[in-house]
Amino acid sequence: MAKVVARREIAPQTVLLELEAPKIAAKRRPGQFVILKKDEAGERIPLTIAMADHARGTITVIFQMVGAGTRGLGAVPVGGEVMDVVGPLGKPTDIHKVGTVVSVGGGIGTAVAYPIAEAMKAMGNRVIGIIGARNKDLLILEDEFRKVADELLVTTDDGSYVRKGFVTDVLKEVIARGAPIAEVLAIGPVPMMKAVCKVTKEAGIKTVVSLNPIMIDGTGMCGGCRVDIGGQTKFACVDGPEFDGHLVNWDVLGTRLSAYKAHEQEACRLHGAEKR
Amino acid sequence: MTPENANPSPAPAPAGGKKQRPPRQKMPEQPAAERVRNFNEVPYGYSADLAQLEASRCLQCKKPACVDGCPVCVDIPGFIKKVAEGDFLGAARTLKADNSLPAVCGRVCPQEEQCEKLCVLAKKGESVAVGRLERFVADYERERGTGELPPKAPPSGFRVAVVGSGPAGLTCAGELVKKGHRVTVFEALHKAGGVLVYGIPEFRLPKAIVGAEVDYLRRLGVEIEFNAPVGKSETVDELLASGFDAVFIGTGAGLPYFMGIPGENLIGVYSANEYLTRSNLMKAYLFPEYATPIIRGRRVATIGGGNVAMDAARTALRLGAEKSIIVYRRSRQEMPARIEEIHHAEEEGLEFQLLTAPVRVLGDEAGRVKGLECLRMELGEPDASGRRRPVPIKGSEYVLDVDTVVVAIGNGPNPLIPQTTPGLATGKHGNITADEATGQTSKPGVFAGGDIVTGAATVILAMGAGRRAATAIDAYLRAKKPAG
Ligand SMILES: Cc1cc2nc3c(=O)[nH]c(=O)nc-3n(C[C@H](O)[C@H](O)[C@H](O)COP(=O)(O)OP(=O)(O)OC[C@H]3O[C@@H](n4cnc5c(N)ncnc54)[C@H](O)[C@@H]3O)c2cc1C
Ligand SMILES: Cc1cc2nc3c(=O)[nH]c(=O)nc-3n(C[C@H](O)[C@H](O)[C@H](O)COP(=O)(O)OP(=O)(O)OC[C@H]3O[C@@H](n4cnc5c(N)ncnc54)[C@H](O)[C@@H]3O)c2cc1C
Ligand code: SF4
Ligand code: SF4
Ligand code: FES
Repeated sequence: MAKVVARREIAPQTVLLELEAPKIAAKRRPGQFVILKKDEAGERIPLTIAMADHARGTITVIFQMVGAGTRGLGAVPVGGEVMDVVGPLGKPTDIHKVGTVVSVGGGIGTAVAYPIAEAMKAMGNRVIGIIGARNKDLLILEDEFRKVADELLVTTDDGSYVRKGFVTDVLKEVIARGAPIAEVLAIGPVPMMKAVCKVTKEAGIKTVVSLNPIMIDGTGMCGGCRVDIGGQTKFACVDGPEFDGHLVNWDVLGTRLSAYKAHEQEACRLHGAEKR
Repeated sequence: MTPENANPSPAPAPAGGKKQRPPRQKMPEQPAAERVRNFNEVPYGYSADLAQLEASRCLQCKKPACVDGCPVCVDIPGFIKKVAEGDFLGAARTLKADNSLPAVCGRVCPQEEQCEKLCVLAKKGESVAVGRLERFVADYERERGTGELPPKAPPSGFRVAVVGSGPAGLTCAGELVKKGHRVTVFEALHKAGGVLVYGIPEFRLPKAIVGAEVDYLRRLGVEIEFNAPVGKSETVDELLASGFDAVFIGTGAGLPYFMGIPGENLIGVYSANEYLTRSNLMKAYLFPEYATPIIRGRRVATIGGGNVAMDAARTALRLGAEKSIIVYRRSRQEMPARIEEIHHAEEEGLEFQLLTAPVRVLGDEAGRVKGLECLRMELGEPDASGRRRPVPIKGSEYVLDVDTVVVAIGNGPNPLIPQTTPGLATGKHGNITADEATGQTSKPGVFAGGDIVTGAATVILAMGAGRRAATAIDAYLRAKKPAG
């Protein structure tokens, strides 16, 4: 049982939950995730640990309410409880001093990119942040990101805030400046990560991505989270979730994420929620 | 091994002639046509009368061969005698002295390869139904017993961490707590039981039975911490540093193997672990009341010939498949599954494509399975395992019309502990190396047993390992410093 100590809607359909989980808060490292199961009948939902407060003994997750599972989780009020919280899972990010890193966050992926950028900065790297969203309302963590980045560039697909364009457009401009970039960390929807990797491959810049396949146990038992990395099958929950972006087979990941589309609609109907 | 008279016809009472023995008694069970539509347990179990009749068949051998076939040496004639006398609770006490999970073993042990294989009556195909009696006694005690707890040694002052709540971990924990130690079980999942809750389906092992066994251990004083993936939450070294005097690792199998054939990442290809975990642990068969989805295939192919494959293929039927097909490389004789399961599977209408190897999964534009290309095999020379090796017949490719494929060809060891425990020796496949008699690993104070050591094996072997390790851990602790 983990008590919800804070809950905020930080963008439409986007919820921040702070949960009491002292052991996980003490142990977690950037890049790791937890699996939450709301109640007896709930799904096991993997979410990145966006922040952790060791002193308060809490962890924070930020997620988009995309289906019945995340919607149910997002409905837990302050003072309410989440039945099961497992973690920290996955390999932590390899945090080291390399020089300049560019951290790219797209949509909800910004919540995953944020703790890594924070740790990269603390390690003494120069961090350039690029965050984007479909529109102004959906942009998250701008202030937080600004605090940990040496430079933060913001973009929106529709131009409703700062500028119009995709994160890849901004990334190309940053690369074009000519200053050396040691590494790019890209986290967001599959098409975005795929596009970023195309850009960085051409520019010859090492790129790390964090993958979000469908998971169940998160301990390397079920094989549901398998991804194709350079032609090899890897299990994202124990071998990842971060991988060399230039080796990821994006089509396999994209397809597998659509496995339960029909079920998802059925579940949403049952729970009387309307699909966006 | 011999097919039995198909119907659970009422047991003929022992006839007048004194040397005449009644035949081996069948358990009444759900008719096949009915049970493929539900997840309820298949056999109903013996009634008291049937159990006594079956027990009366035992010859009470002076040197009981059956006991040699049981990995934990259950006093088989001893408990059966009490059943025959109608002292069912006494029988349960005898049974539980050697086997802490009889309700489970009575259901899932491959008896025909163990105790029943060596029974003197086996030659005529009429071995005493040891497993069924074991199940009856355990069920009787659970439902009608007093729930009394066995005696416990006085507190020793030692603490032991048990990692994993499968049969190995649960058995080790139970033995240690009876020896007076304080035991905490750390389980990565949200339920205790390991394969007993996530793998073996409800229709073969009702989860309420596993739940009752776990409750019993908790009443004995075993503490269980759920959602605790050791290696990630705390490492083995941290457990040892934080006040645990010894650690037992029973983390079982993980990392399902795939075949490495094209199309294995299509939607609708599952490992058996994922398929069964969704259905059993997450109750996807009750979707959408339970939130975890599962693809209910119309035509399902399961690749493999063991218990795991049978469980997956029979689950597919219960999830509504019109056709559920077992695809196995070798012939029926080599199938490692329990005879009773194969027999039940056949009754339920499972189709067997034997001497058949899959070569490619075919998909549609949306990336969903639409077929399985297979190759016919024939048996060649015996291989290292002594079984005749299947060799492909050239040009025999054909396509099975299926929309779901379940891969049940085995598992590697669970990786979390080996990855995070320096000084813990592992074998070449990543299994933890441990002494067979004691479970001692290369790391002082750390013991291991069950599938994580042996690779995929059986419930009773995992229990035996847990029990031997408990004895060794007890000796280790008491030698360490005088008991407190
Ligand atoms: C390691 C990891 C970390 C993650 N971190 C975050 C995070 O910090 N914030 C966040 O909002 N999301 C995160 N996700 C994704 C999140 O787990 C899914 O959005 C969630 O499981 C969807 O559940 P649902 O029941 O609401 O939706 P469903 O009804 O199951 O599905 C809704 C839609 O999401 C897709 N989907 C299903 N499961 C996943 C999945 N695991 N990942 C992506 N899409 C999925 C479905 O195909 C469908 O289109 C993470 C996933 C992983 C594996
Ligand atoms: C589908 C299926 C059907 C089977 N049918 C039969 C049968 O009919 N008869 C038979 O005798 N055998 C059968 N077996 C085999 C039998 O179930 C196993 O041999 C047995 O369960 C092994 O027990 P174990 O205790 O070693 O491990 P498991 O039962 O695998 O339990 C290991 C436990 O450890 C937990 N764990 C793993 N890593 C960690 C960690 N780092 N921290 C904390 N916890 C962790 C796991 O979540 C799990 O709960 C079957 C197996 C399967 C998969
Ligand atoms: S534990 Fe298994 S092998 Fe031993 S007597 Fe019971 S059923 Fe037979
Ligand atoms: S070998 Fe068979 S007949 Fe003899 S004691 Fe064992 S079960 Fe009874
Ligand atoms: S989620 Fe099951 S193996 Fe990764």
